[in-house]
Amino acid sequence: MATIQIENLEKVYPGAERATIQKANLSIQDKEFVVLVGPSGCGKSTLLRMIAGLEEITSGELQIDGGRMNELSPKDRDIAMVFQNYALYPHMTVFDNMAFGLKLRKTPKQEIKHKVEHAAKILDITHLLDRRPKDMSGGQRQRVAIGRSIVRDPKVFLFDEPLSNLDAKLRVQMRAEIKKLHRQLDATIVYVTHDQIEAMTMGDRIVVLKDGIVQQFDSPMNLFNNPQNKFVAGFIGSPSMNFIEGKIVMQKEATFKSKDLQFAVPKDLRPCLKPYEGKNVVFGFRPEYIYDKAVEKGKRLSESMEIEVEALEPIGSETFVYFHFSGNPDHSFCFRSNSQLAYAVGDKITIGVDIDRLRFFEADTEKRIM
Amino acid sequence: MKALKIQKILFFAILGIATLIYIGPFLFSLSISFNADKNVFDWPIKLLPETFTLDNYKNVWNELPFEKWLFNSVLVTLVQTVTNVFFSALAGFAFARLEFKGRKLIFGLLLSSLMIPGIILLVPKFIILNEFRMINSYAGLIIPGLVGVTNIFLMKQFFETIPKDLEQAALIDGCSYFRIFWQVFLPISKPALAAVAIYTFQGSWNEFLWPVIVTYTEDMYTLPLGMASLRTELLTDWPLLMAGTILISLPTLVIFIVFQRYFVQGVASSGLKG
Repeated sequence: MATIQIENLEKVYPGAERATIQKANLSIQDKEFVVLVGPSGCGKSTLLRMIAGLEEITSGELQIDGGRMNELSPKDRDIAMVFQNYALYPHMTVFDNMAFGLKLRKTPKQEIKHKVEHAAKILDITHLLDRRPKDMSGGQRQRVAIGRSIVRDPKVFLFDEPLSNLDAKLRVQMRAEIKKLHRQLDATIVYVTHDQIEAMTMGDRIVVLKDGIVQQFDSPMNLFNNPQNKFVAGFIGSPSMNFIEGKIVMQKEATFKSKDLQFAVPKDLRPCLKPYEGKNVVFGFRPEYIYDKAVEKGKRLSESMEIEVEALEPIGSETFVYFHFSGNPDHSFCFRSNSQLAYAVGDKITIGVDIDRLRFFEADTEKRIM
Repeated sequence: MKALKIQKILFFAILGIATLIYIGPFLFSLSISFNADKNVFDWPIKLLPETFTLDNYKNVWNELPFEKWLFNSVLVTLVQTVTNVFFSALAGFAFARLEFKGRKLIFGLLLSSLMIPGIILLVPKFIILNEFRMINSYAGLIIPGLVGVTNIFLMKQFFETIPKDLEQAALIDGCSYFRIFWQVFLPISKPALAAVAIYTFQGSWNEFLWPVIVTYTEDMYTLPLGMASLRTELLTDWPLLMAGTILISLPTLVIFIVFQRYFVQGVASSGLKG
């Protein structure tokens, strides 16, 4: 298996105003499961296809296992790719689909048979080997597509949104299977998805992309707890982080003031916010770290904030409570509450945010202050 | 409901009349071909022969160089069908899938050649072939029809509907572009290939104008030309001519019936009307 080094990688399409991928730098370890995630058009698929050799590299360097790949064609990079639309050859049986790449590499027949059967066993598709793609379900086709990549025993596996055509239940099941497969194969995997939950549950590390720029490359929990900027903070987590723009005012004590609410910043956070006195900042707080002060007693919570419940979304294990602050009914926020607490629309509650989870971002650059 | 029923009846009535208009002359030819009486157009015209005979068919085979004309027609049609399928698929693939400089320009030029009526090109084509000393030869009959722009266009349109992922999967599997064309694209393009084959077969088998111009001895005639040569100003043996015509229209009919499914699929998937 292999490492992947990406240095100052850029992709500019002819005639395009800006680069699709801008100076990307990533160092992917051997046997690591790395997920590229971001909204539509962020360049995640382009980056994957540059690794695959399906898109030319405008500048920068790509190395797999220490060797420069920029000029090599896809077949010489020792990679395998699984596509969103499976991309199975419709006129071939499952066996032939899986064996095609090996045949082209002039692998002995007996070995091909052994490898295909072995991969089919791992993926539980042995009974499908004689079928053609059109006679199979989406999930089965995706397994075959994965099988086709396994038999080649490549250095790197590339997955381009492989689960987006499957229904929700199958997606969860396949998610776990691909994770299991990763452990079995001990392979380096680069996986593209637009679904941040898929990214969080599958990746050892995640690359968050926006407008062709790598925003952060980190472990799932670090992305969640320590996002480097407002975009990552908002993109990772569901429901996403709540944001309020306001000003830091230093009087007797540091205060965050906005149209929605006003509260005294806890003492230990003041030194960090001092340089931002009088400037616009964005206050961010996750739905997970908001507590009803009447119920939660043990946690270190921020000053009390008065809210009014706007809507409720019970999902069984918990309830998403949509609310606005008493000062501004136009701006909605969300918090996750214990489903045992029976709120009703119109209820007025006093909440507090876990002090250790208060986040502030610069309003202009969106970088995290703390 | 009632309106729907009337609509249906009207629909079938129109279809019936249209079918009759198209099939009527063919049925009349069929009737003439079995007629023992040579003066078939004497008034009153009889739609069914008074004396039925198979002699006209026998005479087509025995009295005319039918075998030679059949050989010429089969040769020209087979070669042109095979080359049209192969070259139009190859060119269609290049235009649909390969990135090369001037691709759009070349394709535009090819398409614009469709705007020139074929008749205008007859003389230049003749002069060129004359320079190459190909007049009244198989080369002269065959070469101008080796590949057609319409077929290239049809194949290009078809190949463009094949997902790009499939080509890329093949690239990663280790295919060259020719192998992608040969082992991935061609096998899944049967409907379009069949459509091209049928179009070409039909066009080539029934072609009349070009053989008239490029051949001048009877042994180089193709079937339509041979049949037409039976019609003279003084005397035309109509039953013999019709028997020959019926015989030469049989292969097209059989091929159309056998490949009808592909034909319709091909037209549908190419977005062209036949």
